[in-house]
Parts: sequence; C-alpha cells; structure tokens
Amino acid sequence: MTVKRYFLGIDVGSTASKCVIIDEDKRIAASVVIPVGTGTTGPARAFAAACEEAGIREEDLACITATGYGRNTFEKADRTVSELSAHALGVHTLYPEAKTVIDIGGQDAKAIRIGSNGRLENFIMNDKCAAGTGRFLEVMARILERDVSELGTMDKEAEGTVAVSSTCTVFAESEVISQLARGVDIKSLVRGIDESVAVRTAGLVKRLGVIDPVIMTGGVAANAGVVSALEYELGTEITVSSIAQQNGAFGAAVYGLQKTVR
Amino acid sequence: MEEKKPAKIVLRDLQDKIAEDVWEAKRRGEKIGWCASNFPQEITTAMDIKVAYPENMGAAIGAKGGGRRMCEEAEAMGYSNDICSYARMNLAYAAHDDCPEIQIPRPDFLLCCNNICGCMMKWYENLALELDIPLFMIDIPHLTEEVCDTDRIAYIRAQFDDCIAGLEKLTGKKMDWDKFREVMEVSQRSSKAWLRAMDAMKNTPSPFSGFDTFNNMAVACVGRGTEDAAEAFELLADEYEALAAEGKSTFKGEEKYRILFEGIACWANLKFTYKALQSRGINLTSTIYGPAFSFLYQNMDELMAAYAYVPNSYCFEKEVQLRVDSAIRNKVDGAVMHINRSCKRWSGNTYEMERQLREKAGIPTMTFDGDQSDPRVFSEAQYDTRVQALTEIMEANRQSRKEESHA
Repeated sequence: MTVKRYFLGIDVGSTASKCVIIDEDKRIAASVVIPVGTGTTGPARAFAAACEEAGIREEDLACITATGYGRNTFEKADRTVSELSAHALGVHTLYPEAKTVIDIGGQDAKAIRIGSNGRLENFIMNDKCAAGTGRFLEVMARILERDVSELGTMDKEAEGTVAVSSTCTVFAESEVISQLARGVDIKSLVRGIDESVAVRTAGLVKRLGVIDPVIMTGGVAANAGVVSALEYELGTEITVSSIAQQNGAFGAAVYGLQKTVR
Repeated sequence: MEEKKPAKIVLRDLQDKIAEDVWEAKRRGEKIGWCASNFPQEITTAMDIKVAYPENMGAAIGAKGGGRRMCEEAEAMGYSNDICSYARMNLAYAAHDDCPEIQIPRPDFLLCCNNICGCMMKWYENLALELDIPLFMIDIPHLTEEVCDTDRIAYIRAQFDDCIAGLEKLTGKKMDWDKFREVMEVSQRSSKAWLRAMDAMKNTPSPFSGFDTFNNMAVACVGRGTEDAAEAFELLADEYEALAAEGKSTFKGEEKYRILFEGIACWANLKFTYKALQSRGINLTSTIYGPAFSFLYQNMDELMAAYAYVPNSYCFEKEVQLRVDSAIRNKVDGAVMHINRSCKRWSGNTYEMERQLREKAGIPTMTFDGDQSDPRVFSEAQYDTRVQALTEIMEANRQSRKEESHA
C-alpha cells in the first residue's frame, strides 16, 4: 500500500497565522486561519488545528515550509520561502494564466510578477510606512467602532466618497476623527479609506507594470471596496483568489512539495 | 625582517595617521578645517593644510553604534529628522564636542563642495554661523549633459583661485604650484590604483568581499593626494589581482550570486545588511559608491571637470549608464537598492533608476528603506524578506538558463 504524503505550509504573518496542508496532487486537506501572528500562540495553534482538520499526525508530513514575517522563528519548519515566492506559486497553481499578483497583508503590500512555471520574476513592496496595508484598515475600523470585516459591505452601500488624503496612518487617523466630528456619512468615509489604500497599492502595481490576468491575495482582498477601487485605479479586472488569505501558506506547501518531490 | 602588512591594515593605519595629523596640526597651533568629502583635496594637500572630514566621522559614529544618540541630540536642537544624518550628527557634535565613538578637533574654517548634494551647503552655512568661522565654498554646477563645458570649467577655476587666496590669507600658508602638480600626479596614481582594485570585481569569483570596499574607501576620500595612499592602493590592487589570478577570494563561502549595491552603506546596520547577503552566498561585485572617490585628469582644466564628473552631479541618463555598465561588466545577477532617508539627492530617483536598471541590464532588483547612519529607519525583517525573495529569483533565473542551455 502506498502511503499518501502531505505537505504543510504555514504563513506566519504579522497579524494572523495561516496554515494549509496539501496532498501530492496539491489538493487542500486542511486550511486554517488564526487571527494572531508571529510572537503569539497563533502559529502553534494554526499548525495543530490544520493537522487535526486533515486528520494526520505531524510525522505524516513530508515537508513543512514556513513563510511570512515570522518564517525564521517557526521551529518545526524544514525550509523557508519568502512570501513573495509563496504568493507567486500559490496563485500560479490555482490560476495558471495569472501574470500579476497584488497581495495586501497586515504590514505590507506587494505587487508580484509571475514568470514562466509560476516563478517569481519581480516584485515591488511598499516602504516601511503602514499606509496601504491591512494594519491601516484595522486602525481606521477601530476609530469607526466597526470590525474590519464590515468595511467592504459599508463601502458597497456608500452613496458618495469622503476623501482621506493623508498617507501616514496616524495623520489619516486624525483626519478620519475630524470627519466623524463633522458628522459626515460614515459609509462614504469608509469608501474614502478604501480608496486611499487602493491608490497607494496601485502605485506599486503601476511601477511593476500591470499585465493581465491580475489576482489579489491577502486578508485585505476580503474587502470588496478596496478591490473595486483598485480595479478602477488600474483600469483592469481583478480576480480575488478563492483562498486569498491562505494563499501564502498554500504556496509554501506547494513549494515544499516541489522541493521534496523531484 | 618585519612582515609585510596586508593592504587593508596599511589603509587602516594610514587612515588613523591622517586623523592624528589633524590633531597634531591643531596642537601646533595651525589652523585646521572641516572639509566636505568631495572637496578638491588637491588644494589642501598641496598647501599642507590639515582637515577633518565630518562625513567620515558620521559613517564611523554610525558603524560604532552612536548614530541614534547623535541624531536624537540634533533633533532636540531643532534639526528635522528629514535632514541628512551625517549633517545632524555633525551639527550636534559641533554644539558640544562630546562623542565617545570618535573625536575630531574644532575647526578654524570650513571647506564645502556641493557636487554630491545641496544639503551640504546649508549644513556648512549653519556650522559657519554657529562656530563663527569662515566658509569656503566651491559650487559645482550640475551637469545637464555628459560633458563639463568650458564655461563650467572657468566658473569652477575662478572659485579654486578665490578659495586658495582666502586660505593663504587665513592660514598664512602659500600655495606652491609645483607641489600642486606633484599632488595631481600622486592623486592620479591613487585614483588609478583604487579603480584597478575595484575593477578586480569583474573576476569570477570576485577576489574580495565587496563590502570591504566600504572600509577601504575612506583613504580614497581623505588622503588620495599622498604618496602613502598611492602605495597602499597599488598594494591593494596587486593583492586583488594576485587573488583573482589564483581564483581565490576573501569572500567567506562560495560566491553563488553577485549583486550591484546601490547607494551609501547602512553604517549602523552594516553587519546585518552584509550577513543577510553573505549567508546566502551573495557577494557585492558592483557599486558606484567606491569608485566615486577617484578623479581622473591630465591637466588643470580636466581637474576642474573631474569634480563635476561625480555621481549625483551627473545628469540622470549618465547616472543610469554608469550603473548599467558596471552591472554588465561585473556580471551581476541582481541589484539591492538602498532608499536612503538621509540622501534625497541620491535616493530621490531610485524608483526610476530601478526601472531602467531592470530593463537595460536585464536583472531583478529590490529596494529597501534605510539610512546611512540613523538606525531608526531600517527594518531587519523587511530587508531580510526582500533579500530572500531576490535570492529566489536569482536562483530561478539561473535554473532557467541551465534548462535553456540543455534544451
């Protein structure tokens, strides 16, 4: 009897830990997101939960690959891969025609060019500033007394836009507070916040060059407002990955498979 | 018999001696100056006027861990954190003379040259006001085309003459033009030897770890007009060429990949920026920062023009060409580009430089945020992630080429 082999990818991010287990045919056997990231219990919990979901033991894993901000601190990892390569590979596996990936995570935004065979060909990342990242949206959601997951729906229902012009997160926070004090429509303000993230990210993508098809990954891809604002800014259609938030972990698992099974 | 010292030790000792000579002159009661790194050293060397270099001091403070403290002191004095960190640290030092990492004597005059940036002028003007001492300025017009024309040369020459007359009056030392010509000749020997040493990077493997450039270049900046410097650089070039002939290198480990490093080193994060590359088998084999401290000329007019032919004074098209040529000649696999918060002049065009470098040299690139001496604007995790991603691209590119050649 042939024993099935499994490959685990874990994306230890700054705000969440994502874990995906795949089999040799790249079929997903488990997919877990724990909303806390590196330096917390998140990575270990995501790992344990993924093994449980797949119904396998740690010994059954042929390769464990870590990616993300905390990739070098995840001790169980057999190998690491940068999140740039992981996202490129994850997207290429699910969307073989894709040429451009936009990934917005907790603390950075990336524009990624996929070359032949799913290889990472080039990338542009944001500067260290938090503007245009998931963290920016979290800060704004907190001021609005909403959960970050609600922003997409609020944006959709907005009838107008209240522009947020500051790129610095702290300045933007003050700007949003001032607008709230002025009594502006909150949904229009949410759209302004989403557009501010989109404009900032679009700058990165334009520097890389927009080549269709464009796929979006990362936690922020769940915010339909940001996605549509990005589509407008880039003048192209964007497909949100079916596993947007777990795409990095999935790509890491595929990377482990490719490196293990030659 | 005394064992022959390796060039890097000779250069280090020479740097110490040059610094000590300034202190000695000060103790003798001579007038000493603070001098911009790209000020024509031919003038001071020929007149035997001793000067200290605040930019080198800034690099040393950064490398020795005092960058944050000195920058914060300057900011408490009212200087913006958007100003060059060398300027901030030096302005703080000028205010209190207190810096455990390194000391330079109080200046009696200032020598400024703006061919590397415009911030330099305001920095030195502030020093002149604060310390109430004279400032001699040489204004190098930015090159809008590749050649420094005769009008520009005449403009620079007039300032040379004016500066020399002013220094003669202030220091009581006379310019000896025979000595000046000798210094020109010796400077040519130094510059050519330094370039010959840098040129050894084109070998595979490069005979040396490219980060060594950042240590060895100090003398090219502060002492290239001296016989000792010329000999030291000739020794260095000979050493590198001998290593190259044997296929050896001072780079630790196998040189798997070669990169162009754009910008000034992150002195405060030198070890981390180096280790992230070296641990992945990446050697620095191309930089325009090191060769920038060589000036080639045959006569007086060419000397004037040479001070306009420096990175940051060239037009953008020439700046791009310098990098593309270096990347191709030195066979790099990728580029690591420092967006240096201190240096608006250098980093302001990095995004477009990056785009053209990718296109014209056909290499992958990465940018990272940092600073030449202020450690507060550098993130280890951000840098490491980008280096790892660049390495993965370089590895994939190599694999592709292999597959193509077997196809």
